[in-house]
Amino acid sequence: MSTDRAAHTGRAVSTPTSRIAATGRAGADDRAAVTGRIHSWDLSTGVDGPGTRFVLFLSGCPLRCLYCANPDTWHMRDGHLMTVDEVMAEIERYRPFITAAGGGVTLTGGEPLLQPAFTAEVFRRCRELGLHTALDTSGLLGTRADDMLLGDTGLVLLDIKSFDVGTYRRLTGGGLAPTLSFAARLDRLSVPVWIRYVLVPGWTDDKAAIEGLAEFLSALGCVERVEVLPFHKLGAAKYDALGIPFPLRDTPVPGAALVSRVLRQFRAHGLRAY
Amino acid sequence: MTATAREGVQAPLAAWRGFRGRPWRDRIDVRVFIQANYTPYEGDAAFLSGPTARTRAIWEKVSALFPEERRKGILDADTAIPSTITSHRPGWIDRERELIVGLQTDAPLKRAIMPNGGLRMVENGLRAYGYTPDPFVTRVFGAYRKTHNEGVFDAYTPEMRRARKAGIITGLPDSYGRGRIIGDYRRVALYGTDRLAEAKRAERAALDALPSTMEVIRDREELAEQIKALGELAQMAASYGCDVTRPAATAHEAVQWLYLGFLAAVKEQNGAAMSLGRTSTFLDVYFARDLAEGRIDEARAQELIDDFVIKLRIVRFLRTPEYDALFSGDPTWVTESIGGLGDDGRPLVTRTSFRFLQTLYNLGPAPEPNLTVLWSPRLPAGFKRFCAQLSVDTSSIQYESDELMRPVTGDDTAIACCVSAMAVGKQMQFFGARVNLAKALLYAVNGGRDEMTGDQVAPAAPALTGDTLDYDELSAAYDRTLEWLAGLYVNTLNVIHAMHDKYAYERLEMALHDHPAHRTMACGIAGLSVAADSLSAVKHAQVHVIRDASGLAVDYRVEGDFPAYGNNDDRADALAVDLVRSFMDKVRRHPAYRDAEHTQSVLTITSNVVYGRHTGNTPDGRRAGQPFAPGANPMNGRDRHGMAASALSVAKIPYDCARDGISLTSTITPEGLGHVPSERADNLTGLLDAYTASGGFHMNVNVLDRAVLEDAMEHPEKYPQLTIRVSGYAVNFVRLTREQQLDVISRTFHGAP
Repeated sequence: MSTDRAAHTGRAVSTPTSRIAATGRAGADDRAAVTGRIHSWDLSTGVDGPGTRFVLFLSGCPLRCLYCANPDTWHMRDGHLMTVDEVMAEIERYRPFITAAGGGVTLTGGEPLLQPAFTAEVFRRCRELGLHTALDTSGLLGTRADDMLLGDTGLVLLDIKSFDVGTYRRLTGGGLAPTLSFAARLDRLSVPVWIRYVLVPGWTDDKAAIEGLAEFLSALGCVERVEVLPFHKLGAAKYDALGIPFPLRDTPVPGAALVSRVLRQFRAHGLRAY
Repeated sequence: MTATAREGVQAPLAAWRGFRGRPWRDRIDVRVFIQANYTPYEGDAAFLSGPTARTRAIWEKVSALFPEERRKGILDADTAIPSTITSHRPGWIDRERELIVGLQTDAPLKRAIMPNGGLRMVENGLRAYGYTPDPFVTRVFGAYRKTHNEGVFDAYTPEMRRARKAGIITGLPDSYGRGRIIGDYRRVALYGTDRLAEAKRAERAALDALPSTMEVIRDREELAEQIKALGELAQMAASYGCDVTRPAATAHEAVQWLYLGFLAAVKEQNGAAMSLGRTSTFLDVYFARDLAEGRIDEARAQELIDDFVIKLRIVRFLRTPEYDALFSGDPTWVTESIGGLGDDGRPLVTRTSFRFLQTLYNLGPAPEPNLTVLWSPRLPAGFKRFCAQLSVDTSSIQYESDELMRPVTGDDTAIACCVSAMAVGKQMQFFGARVNLAKALLYAVNGGRDEMTGDQVAPAAPALTGDTLDYDELSAAYDRTLEWLAGLYVNTLNVIHAMHDKYAYERLEMALHDHPAHRTMACGIAGLSVAADSLSAVKHAQVHVIRDASGLAVDYRVEGDFPAYGNNDDRADALAVDLVRSFMDKVRRHPAYRDAEHTQSVLTITSNVVYGRHTGNTPDGRRAGQPFAPGANPMNGRDRHGMAASALSVAKIPYDCARDGISLTSTITPEGLGHVPSERADNLTGLLDAYTASGGFHMNVNVLDRAVLEDAMEHPEKYPQLTIRVSGYAVNFVRLTREQQLDVISRTFHGAP
């Protein structure tokens, strides 16, 4: 629906009403098929990779970003258990559509690399069908993605929350280094990358940090574009529903001038920034 | 006769110089002419010209009249002279500078009266805007000349009147012109009226040997009227200095002749929809020839189309405020169909297809003409991209599947009104408005009593009495109700169209059709998503019935979840499909006037608001008075998986059971088409390709931010040209009633903010 957006980039996913209905078949599967914990699915255009895409939201995330728009995806235990077959059956219903529309399949969440076996299997099956695949990740768990998984990944949407180590930790609760080494590995493997950078006034608008990030990215040949995503508060209602405080409730959204300044900074380093 | 025919062969030689092909010379056949002579254009929009100073001056002059018109409701009206093709002296916007001439009356935006459709509509329309009906007109149409409206009510049965009053059958064209007939106005340009009249005389002569049955007498009289109308068209054109008795010899004349043909139609008929047809590629043959001859350049070619479109934008009819409230503003549905493919696979896209669309940039967005792109994934990439970019920039285009229509109505199909496919010049429809399927469901629960008034409208049947609704019991009762409704509906339409043919016949429009034309009886349904979701609620959840003291079910309480139509979930979507199929079957069982072929549409235009207002609480949880979703749309907010899933649900409705069209209106935020602005047009192209490939029939595309609409509600003066698509056509947002504006804003916005 209208307000849905990926968690780490501020994409608020649907409320539980849009969840895939549990079929109960997974438990009965004695072939020990790979299963995943799923929050929901959605179709989007041009915001989760190229074209119109089937977007699967996985449950569970090791980070706790202050601006997270999807606190309902934090815990794996809240997700529905689904087999890869079930997920592929759902994708199959949209295959002609997303193929004609020049799109593909995006796995997001949550953090898909919290469930690497499931992610790898879905991508492998998508690739067999000729579907373009995109992995939306913070990169924190990049080491859990083996080369086989990355071989089946057509595009990584890499969310770099900040280039300042201290800010990164305060903002997300995690460390920056794994993300940067994952980026370097993607470069070595020549996996195309779109960087996503959520712009939060007072948090991620620091000129020097952005300069550092831009310089780092400009050295990576795999980075095709940088998407600057203005912070928004569309997930606030979910915090209310979950009874937890939304830490950035009073933080302003960035103005147009700030957004264009940041875009200019990235572009000054030869990056295609939008 | 023979001598005239010989002269007719001589005269066109100069006008037809350089044209190829033979069959179209021997008989009236514009399609064959187009196929033999047009040049597909596979390039992009780079060749187009902007508006000239002259175009700007004319558009500014006429635009300056709009604020006063908006304030007063109408700018002016001629109360004394009932409009005919020749009733009014010529009028101009700017006589020195206009390229394409001709107005409905003697001044721009001045409305004419057309009492043949109904005197009351005329009188109420005039009084509503502070004008006094002319006593002479009242006397003539009260005492001497019967109207369509009077004829219909003479033949209605009490049951028909009850159903109409209750709003179970609604929007019927029984008090004004039925419209939705497209004259093949191109014929005027290609052949001239002398040759067209000659062909009509031949069609009439073919009836001479037949026995004078009622049908044959009617045909002869109609053909005689058609021939007279062609003469009047020539006379009206002459008053503007144009000799349309002969074929057009240049592009300028071709546009002018074609427009004069259309103008004659809108002088004669106040039809609900007065669509233009499919003219751009036809005209392109003339533009290409003039460009090759050095007669015009690109700037001039664009000017001619711009000037033509200005004229189409100021077509006006006198209607009542209630009518305008039903249809949002002041629509005329001057629909122009652009694009599509030929049977031979060549795209019917030409440079003039681009020039028509370019008017949205040159003159700014506008609801009219209703620009309709016949979409196919096989269209040239440059054209697809230009259309999609225009949608992103102006929200002023609708799309209909060329792939679904071409096999049925051929490659010279045009859209009448919003979504009705017609083979131009060969096919006409009897416009039938629609029945309210949601209300019918409530009648099934209440044994035929109306849920708002308690009146017995449908034949008395046992009401459902359980505390909760039982799906099988409800389905059976609903089926019986729909059986009754379908019969009453077709019979009501038969009355209306018999009387319209008799008292308000479309002389000129039918003169621009072959005889006999194929006729369809265009039935329609409203409230599809409410009915389908209600059935789904009863089937998949528990629906408790709340009754008033008289035992009338007036409300429902839903316990549990149920799948909703609009999420590509077959459990709900199949219910909608079954309803469409089953109602079509029921309609087909009742003979239609003049052996018309039964069709139906899933289209509400904007009357979804009014239908909702007149429908009580429904078992899907919708509250009484709340608007329906428009057309075949899922209920607002219940389509939760994005635009593609919503569209795929709608695409399941079979075109074979809804040949009069299936309307989907999608509103998407700019960000919802992609984070990168320059990629949005390509992403929209992908969506349209995918929707068409999935069997989708029609899509209105609005690319809008909710914030823009909210601002436009508060500051209408800032948005005089803000155009949005609603269920098959476009409206000026600032001309909607507040209730309709809120309805638009409450609709699902597919996005990704």
